[in-house]
Amino acid sequence: MQSKNVKTKRFSNTSTLLWGLAFGIVFGFLLQKGGATKYDVIIGQLLLADFTVLKIMLSAVVTGMIGIYAMKSLGRVQLNPKSGSAGMNVIGGLLFGVGFAILGYCPGTIAGAIGNGYLDAAVSGLAGILLGAGCFAALYPRLSQGILKKGDFGDLTLPRLFKVNEWLVVIPVAVLIVLLLYWLERAGL
Amino acid sequence: MEFLTRVQWSPYAVGVGIGILSWFTFFISQKPIACSTTFARLSGMIKMLFRGRKVELGPYYQKFKPVVDWQMMLVSGIVIGALLSALLSGDLHWQWVPLSWETAFGTDPLLRTVMALLGGIIIGFGSRWAGGCTSGHGISGTLQLAVSSWISAVCFFIGGIVTAHLIFGLIG
Repeated sequence: MQSKNVKTKRFSNTSTLLWGLAFGIVFGFLLQKGGATKYDVIIGQLLLADFTVLKIMLSAVVTGMIGIYAMKSLGRVQLNPKSGSAGMNVIGGLLFGVGFAILGYCPGTIAGAIGNGYLDAAVSGLAGILLGAGCFAALYPRLSQGILKKGDFGDLTLPRLFKVNEWLVVIPVAVLIVLLLYWLERAGL
Repeated sequence: MEFLTRVQWSPYAVGVGIGILSWFTFFISQKPIACSTTFARLSGMIKMLFRGRKVELGPYYQKFKPVVDWQMMLVSGIVIGALLSALLSGDLHWQWVPLSWETAFGTDPLLRTVMALLGGIIIGFGSRWAGGCTSGHGISGTLQLAVSSWISAVCFFIGGIVTAHLIFGLIG
């Protein structure tokens, strides 16, 4: 019995898992209805011919940001910004982009693409992502003290960077995004 | 309920829906919508099938343990939700080669399969290098105004736009 206690817990508790599943079902439903589970829509965005993906992302960011900062101001939620560095986010981000254009799905939308029946996603795309993540885990000890630490800025947020009240960033960012979306529509994109 | 059977919704309706969904994930589960960590955990589980328990002693798997957590269920849920949506609208397609790929590079499923594998490896590696993906950085991180996420999201699109134009402009 003693050894059972030191074993890694293989599953989070049931209610946590069920909430995750429920949120995932809604997320997947929305992604499919938006067309974001489709290679053609994602490649259309990267070729700057179809702006569906950007419209979905930016309207999610505006809506999410206002609600979450409002709840934060009321003390109802805590933010959880990711730490980063120039070495992590610039190099990792560009690599991600290269893979994004070749695969035509990202780690979230590939799950949706599988549900949509796309076999390139379900077979080789999924296998590739797992291989890539596994390779990174193997190389992590060598990268973690070197390139991933270059230009480290921790879990900085824009309001802390500019040393202003967070609403002085939230409101202008929301206005800029809405203007950009308005301009995209005006331009017929 | 006619809207449930429609093939496509306005991207703004979908985006606002995802934004509202993120309020609930923060409020109920104290977690942002994110996906790519799941693939790191899954890669650890697969390695454990071959090499056993010592895999989880590796530094990366100490950070991201190969266990079933909230996010892995979220990613599983995406498959189910997309399937439901596609079934309701008759938009489920068993398809190897997407249309725009076919137009540029032909109908050979093997070529598409090999390239999807290659792209998958690069995006899987890159997402872990950057510490997030289009949802974790691109939506949940930017909406928290995280500097790491804004830099990552911009780089995702710079890398993606340049590469897509190279592939389709030069080769296709």
